[in-house]
Amino acid sequence: MALLELRRVSKDWEVGSESKTTILKDISLKVEEGDFLAVLGPSGSGKSTLLRIIAGLIPPTEGEVLYHGRPVEGVAPGVAMIFQNFALFPWLTVLENVELGLDREELTAAEKRERALQVIDMVGLDGFETAFPKELSGGMRQRVGFGRALVAEPDVLLMDEPFSALDVLTAENLRRDLLELWLEKKIRTKAIILVTHSIEEAVYLANRVVVLSRDPAQVVTDVRLTLPYWREKQSPAFLAVVDQLYATITRRTPAEAAPAAAGRPLSRVPEVRSGALTGLLELLDDLETRIDLYKLADNLMLDVEDFLPIVEGAELLGLVKVEHGDIELTDVGRRFAEASVLERKEIFRELVLKKVPTMEKMLWVLQSKRNKQIPREFFLQIFERRFGPDEAAKQLDILIDWGRYAELFGYDEQGGRLYLEGDEHPRA
Amino acid sequence: MRRYGAASQSAWWVDAALLLGVLGLLYGIVHVGKGMVEPYGPPDAAIDVSLDPSMLPYYAGRSLIRMFVALGASLVFTFLYAQIAARSRIGERILIPLLDILQSVPVLGFLSVTVVGFMALFPNSLLGVELASIFAIFTGQVWNMTFGVYQSLTGVPKELREASRLYHIRGLRRFLLLDLPYSAVHLVWNSMMSFGGGWFFLAVSESITVLHHDIRLPGIGSYMAAAMDQGDVRALLYAIITMVVVIVAVDQLFWRPVVAWVQRFKVEQTAGVDQPSSWMLNLLRRSRLARWMHKAVVEPAWAWVIAGRAGRRERRTFRPNRRVRRLLASAAWAALSVVVFYWVVRGGLMVAELGWRELLVPVGYGFLTMARVFAAVALGALWTVPVGVWIGTHPKWSRIAQPLVLIAASFPANMFFPLITAVFLSLHISLQWGSVLLMMLGTQWYILFNVIAGASAIPNDLREASELLGLRGWRRWRYLILPAIFPALTTGLVTASGGAWNASIVAEVVSWGGTQLTATGLGAYITRATTEGHWPAIVWGIVVMAGFVVVINRTLWRRMHRLAETRYRLEA
Repeated sequence: MALLELRRVSKDWEVGSESKTTILKDISLKVEEGDFLAVLGPSGSGKSTLLRIIAGLIPPTEGEVLYHGRPVEGVAPGVAMIFQNFALFPWLTVLENVELGLDREELTAAEKRERALQVIDMVGLDGFETAFPKELSGGMRQRVGFGRALVAEPDVLLMDEPFSALDVLTAENLRRDLLELWLEKKIRTKAIILVTHSIEEAVYLANRVVVLSRDPAQVVTDVRLTLPYWREKQSPAFLAVVDQLYATITRRTPAEAAPAAAGRPLSRVPEVRSGALTGLLELLDDLETRIDLYKLADNLMLDVEDFLPIVEGAELLGLVKVEHGDIELTDVGRRFAEASVLERKEIFRELVLKKVPTMEKMLWVLQSKRNKQIPREFFLQIFERRFGPDEAAKQLDILIDWGRYAELFGYDEQGGRLYLEGDEHPRA
Repeated sequence: MRRYGAASQSAWWVDAALLLGVLGLLYGIVHVGKGMVEPYGPPDAAIDVSLDPSMLPYYAGRSLIRMFVALGASLVFTFLYAQIAARSRIGERILIPLLDILQSVPVLGFLSVTVVGFMALFPNSLLGVELASIFAIFTGQVWNMTFGVYQSLTGVPKELREASRLYHIRGLRRFLLLDLPYSAVHLVWNSMMSFGGGWFFLAVSESITVLHHDIRLPGIGSYMAAAMDQGDVRALLYAIITMVVVIVAVDQLFWRPVVAWVQRFKVEQTAGVDQPSSWMLNLLRRSRLARWMHKAVVEPAWAWVIAGRAGRRERRTFRPNRRVRRLLASAAWAALSVVVFYWVVRGGLMVAELGWRELLVPVGYGFLTMARVFAAVALGALWTVPVGVWIGTHPKWSRIAQPLVLIAASFPANMFFPLITAVFLSLHISLQWGSVLLMMLGTQWYILFNVIAGASAIPNDLREASELLGLRGWRRWRYLILPAIFPALTTGLVTASGGAWNASIVAEVVSWGGTQLTATGLGAYITRATTEGHWPAIVWGIVVMAGFVVVINRTLWRRMHRLAETRYRLEA
C-alpha cells in the first residue's frame, strides 16, 4: 500500500459565477515510503496548489487523496508543512513556535517542552530558544520552520519552495542539513515532497522527480534519480540530468503553444517584459553559438521560474529556437539583435502582431473606438474571465508592455487607459 | 511572555504606589458607578449639576467610566463585526459597504433618538440616559476601529492562516494567537485616536435637549455646560483644567503604556529602531507586584494557549455538510434582510408624511452646510499646513508638538461654543459665517497632526536634492512639500471634514445666556427637529446628511486617496 496516493485529482478555480479555470487536471501519483519527491514545473503551474491539496488545506474539485489507503477529509494527519515565507508567529519565541507544532500530540506540558528542545537542538537552533523570529536571520527562521514541522514526527513532510526566500549560501547550507537528517535517518519522516522551481535543487536533493506542465497542470514526467548521494553539482552525470530535465520542461512549449493559440481567442503569453527579451537576444548574439539552456540560466544566475518565461517569450515571437534543451537565435532574432533601437521596434511590432492574436484584437478594439482610448478595466474584465483575477492583471501588464514597446499604443498609468499614439493625450 | 532581565531592580515604593493605585481605582469605580443607576423620573426631575469645584473629581470619574465602558463595547463589537466580515464572503460584501455608510451617519443627529429609546428601556432610572451617552461615544469611535481591525485581519498572511489550520489552532486559541496579536498595533493606535475623538461626543451627550427637556448627566461635560449657562468664568476655568488633567492622565497612565507594550506585536520581521516608550510601563516592569501577577496568572494562561488541550484529535465536532451550512447562512441573511426591509419601509412611510416640499428643504440646507464644512476645512488647512510643515521638518519641535496636538484634538471644542457665541454677539457677527469658525475649532487639529507626521517623513535625500536644485519659495512647495505631504494631508482633511459634519449639528445653533443664534443649514434643521421631537424631520435630516457625506466620500475623498496611494506615495 502506498503511503500517500493521489487519485485523478483535479482543481478548478471559479472565476466569477459562470466561468472557471482548470489548474490541475487528472493528477495521479503514488508516494512510497523512502521517496524524496521533487515536484518541478513552470511558474503558475499549480505546484503549490497541489501541495496544499495533499496537506488537506484545499479540497480538490475532483478525485481524492488517500493516506495509508484511506481517504482524508480536511487537514491530513501525520503531515507537516514547511512554508516559503516561514509562516512563523512573530510574537512567539522560537520555543513557543516549535511547541505549536506539537498540538496534536497527547503529551504533558513537560514532555512537550522536552521534545521541542530536542528538535531545536537537532535543527541547529540551540541557544536561540527564547529569541523572537525578528531577531533571527532568514536561514535561522526557516530552521524554526523545520523545527515546527519536524517536532510532531510527521510521516510526510511537505515543503513549499522552502529555500527560495533565502540567499544562495544560506540555502545551500540548509539543504545540506536537511539531506543529512534525511539520509542518516535522524528523523522519522517516511517521505518528503518538495515543491521547487530550481532544477538543480531538485536533482541535488530528490530521488524522484515529477515534472508538471502548465495550464492546466498534468504530470509530464515521473523519473527516479539513481545518482548516488552526496551528489557533486559539477560532475558530468549531475549536469546531464539537469540538462535532460531542462529539455523535458521546455519541450512541450512549441508543440502546445501553437494549437492553443489557434483554437482559443485568448492565449497566455509568457510573463516577460520587452526589456528582458532584448537583453536575452543581445546576449545570445554575443555568444554566437547555440548553448545549453541550463548553462545560459546559470550564467545569468536565474532559476527556471524567472528564466523560462524569457525563453518562452522569445520562442513565441520566433526570435529563438529551442531544441533538446539548447537555444539559438533564428534569422529574425539575429536581425533583431543587430538592429538599431528604432528598427528593433519595427521588427518587434511585426512579430507581435503576427504571433500574438490577442494583441491584434486589442488594437482592433482601440481603433474602433471613436475617441481612440479604452480603460484598462475593460480588457482586465475580459482577461479575468479567462485567466482569473491575479493572472489577468499580470497578463494584461505584459501585453501593455509589449504594445508600448512596439509603439502600437500608449498607456496612461495614472488614469489606467490605453490610447492610440498620435491621438489626444487623455491626461490633458 | 516577557522575560525580565536580572538588572531590573524592585523598588518597594513602586509596589506600594501600585497597590494604592489599584485599590483607589476600585473604590472610585464602585463609588462613582453607584450614581449611574440612581432613580430618575424624566418630566420634572432635572438633575442639578453643582458648580462646586470639589465635585469635579467625581464628575470626571463619571465621565471617565462612560468613556471606558464605550471603549470596551467598541472593542467587543469591533472584533465580532470584523471577524464576520473577514471570514464570510457574503458578510464581506454586505458589512464593509455598510460600515462605510454607518461611518457617514452623523452620530449627534440620532443622539435624541437613542436617548428616548434608552430611557424607555430603563424607566425611572438614570441608566437609560447613561447608556444613551455611552452609545453616542460608542458610535463615534467604533466604525473607525472596526475598519482598522478588518483591514488587519484581511492582511494576515495566507501562509500563517494555513499553518494555523495545519496545527489545529482554532477558536479562542486562533483569536489569541493570530487575530488579536496581528491587529493589535493598528487597533491600539486607532482606539487611542477614537478615544480622543470620543470626548467631543461625551461633552455633547451629557447635556442634551430632547422634546423640550434639558437632560443633564453628572459629568465634566455637563459641569462645563452649567458653568456656561450661569456665566461662571471661574467654574469654567476649573472645568477646563480638569479636562486637560484627565486627558493627559489617561494618555500617560493608560494609552502610552499600552502603545509601548503592544509594539511587541509589530509584524515587521526586523527589529525596530525608534520604539515608543512609556515611564508607566517601565515602572510596572520594575514592580514586584506586577511581576508576581505575571507569574501567577499570565504565564500559565499563555502556556495553556500555546499548548492547547490534549486529545483534540479524537473529538469530532458536528459539522453539517457544505450544502446545509450554505442553506442555513442564506436563510439567516434572508431573515435579516426581511427585517431591514420592514424597517426601511416603515421609515420611508414616516418620512413621506413630510410631503415633497418639506423633503426638498433639508437638501437645500445640506448644500449650505456643505459649503461651511468645506470652508472650515479649508480655513483650518490654511494655517495648519505651513505650521505643520515647519514643525514636522524640525524634529526637535515635532517630538514636543505631536502629543500636545493630540491633547488639543481630544479636547471637546464644543465646550467653548457658548463663550465664542458671546463674542459673536458683542461683535455682531452673524452665525451664518461664525459657525464656520466653530466647526473649524475642533477639527483643525486633525489636519495639523497629520501634516506634522507627513512632513517629518519627507526623506532627507529629497530635501537635500531640492536644496541643490535651488528649489525655493513656491517651487519648493509645488515640487517637494505638497506632493510629499499629500497622503497625510488627505487623511487629515478626510478626518476633519467628517468631524465638521458632526460639529455642524452643534455649531449651527448656539446660545449664550438665554440668547440663541441660529444659522441656516442642515445641522440647525436636525437640532431644531430634535428639540421639537419632530420624528420624520429627524430621520429625514439624518438621511440627507449621511447621503451628503457618502457622496462626498465616494467622489472627492476616495479620488484623493487613490491619487495619494498611486502617485504621491513615498516608497520607504
